Amino acid sequence: MYSEKVMDHFTNPRNVGEIENASGVGTVGNAKCGDIMRIYLDIDDDGIIKDVKFKTFGCGAAVATSSMATELVKGKNVQQALEVTNKAVMEALDGLPPVKVHCSLLAEEAIHAALWDYAQKKGIKIEGLEKPPQDIGEIVEEEDY
Amino acid sequence: MRQIYLDNAATTCVKEEVLREILPYFTEDYANPSAIYSFAQKASQAVEDARRKAAELIGANANEIYFTAGGSESDNWALKAAAEAYNSKGKHIITSAIEHHAILHTCSYLEKQGYEVTYLKVDEYGKISLEELKKAVRPDTILISVMTANNEIGTIEPIKEIGKIAHENGILFHTDAVQAYGHIPIDVNEMNIDMLSASGHKLGGPKGTGLLYIRKGVKIRSFIHGGAQERNRRAGTLNTAGIVGLGKAAELAKAQMQSRAEYETKLRDHLISRVLSEIPYSRLNGDPKDRLPNNANFCFRFIEGESMLIMLDRLGIYASSGSACTSGSLDPSHVLLAIGLPHEIAYGSLRLTLSEETTLKDIDHTVDELKGIIKRLRDMSPLYADFISEKKGA
Ligand SMILES: Cc1ncc(COP(=O)(O)O)c(C=O)c1O
Repeated sequence: MYSEKVMDHFTNPRNVGEIENASGVGTVGNAKCGDIMRIYLDIDDDGIIKDVKFKTFGCGAAVATSSMATELVKGKNVQQALEVTNKAVMEALDGLPPVKVHCSLLAEEAIHAALWDYAQKKGIKIEGLEKPPQDIGEIVEEEDY
Repeated sequence: MRQIYLDNAATTCVKEEVLREILPYFTEDYANPSAIYSFAQKASQAVEDARRKAAELIGANANEIYFTAGGSESDNWALKAAAEAYNSKGKHIITSAIEHHAILHTCSYLEKQGYEVTYLKVDEYGKISLEELKKAVRPDTILISVMTANNEIGTIEPIKEIGKIAHENGILFHTDAVQAYGHIPIDVNEMNIDMLSASGHKLGGPKGTGLLYIRKGVKIRSFIHGGAQERNRRAGTLNTAGIVGLGKAAELAKAQMQSRAEYETKLRDHLISRVLSEIPYSRLNGDPKDRLPNNANFCFRFIEGESMLIMLDRLGIYASSGSACTSGSLDPSHVLLAIGLPHEIAYGSLRLTLSEETTLKDIDHTVDELKGIIKRLRDMSPLYADFISEKKGA
């Protein structure tokens, strides 16, 4: 059901991890829906994305779209990163099954959320970037069993 | 690559002995078993032998067994025909929240036809409460349908007691025994069962074969209309090969039930104890004792089921999950939600169902690989990262 590219990015995801003191961090999705993506950006003084990492909870497509999204924004400047759409992520992965399209949307949102965080921290405004929806409400409840 | 098939609740491999018995009915004794000439004799005899074997497995009479095209058809028939036959008495049906969709979707269809359905809740182990059942019974209740054993979490329901309550109240009792038939002892008389659904492909028989046991005297009508087969109750040229296969599988299941159950239970318990002791933040779903001998179902926190399945698949290990991604809907399994798991934990479920072919080596290999897979996925999971940092902070 998945393309070879998706399988490749799922089984060998690029840029998994965290960045300490990242320039911007964005988390989108919620556990209740079954997908959470968190993207870390390291942006230099010229506004170039020097490094990017991600952590994702979700299905194969969620991991693969996160991985591809990080690849697509790496080395780009902030404006270019903003132009990485869910369609671009999907195309780069040779497509997604229809029920998984929302994963690519989440990847786009995760980048936007990280850029928003960066802009907030820097006290700047990024042309064309809107405040991302905040629905990371449902972190796993602390239950012992 | 070594292949380890651990999805025997989805379907089983047709047994050698079963296949051997089936084959002649395709090319040699292929006559229509309902025909009157001598050429059809062998086929019709084979069907009747199969009927007897299928009946013996549950202590029924051969003439109470009606062959169908599978468990789903049997469930549909039992519910829709019983609803129709008894609607002059009332339009209320009781079932459980954790039934297979063959029951649940039939119930929602009936609801649209003006029937009322009570879905009994289950406890954290997946068992219905007999007290709640008694309270749900009404003067207009015409049918109680509760599964013998659950297909996802393997919990075995108190069927005998449910049947007793049904009969004390003059209510028909149906059970979906698709996962239990041939796996655990069932006696329709001792357990007060009026109708029972079973399927051939869950016990080493062919797919697309099944049966509905209908106790003598239960007046439900035909569901598939047409010819006079199955004593006018289920039309269609008999699937001789399929029926023979189901009969043979039932015969083998009866002969081997005890030894197989002992073998599978031992492997299952080894699997469960290794997983729970070696993989942190894991839990067993379903009743630890009253469960199918071949079923283990776990939840692993902070990860999602489909990712687990794909990684297992790449290692030649075939399993199943109740995560939303694998069910094709947006919600995780209704069974896992019914036992009270929050969505995010239900997403991380894994069902491993064994067969008599499964070996200790298979199990150990699977657990070893699973440990690595779960670690990898957790290392990738923001939920796990948050959990660990909170733990450190606390
Ligand atoms: C409990 C239960 N009922 C009904 C069915 C449907 O049976 P069949 O596949 O033979 O239609 C299944 C099969 O998955 C099942 O597990």
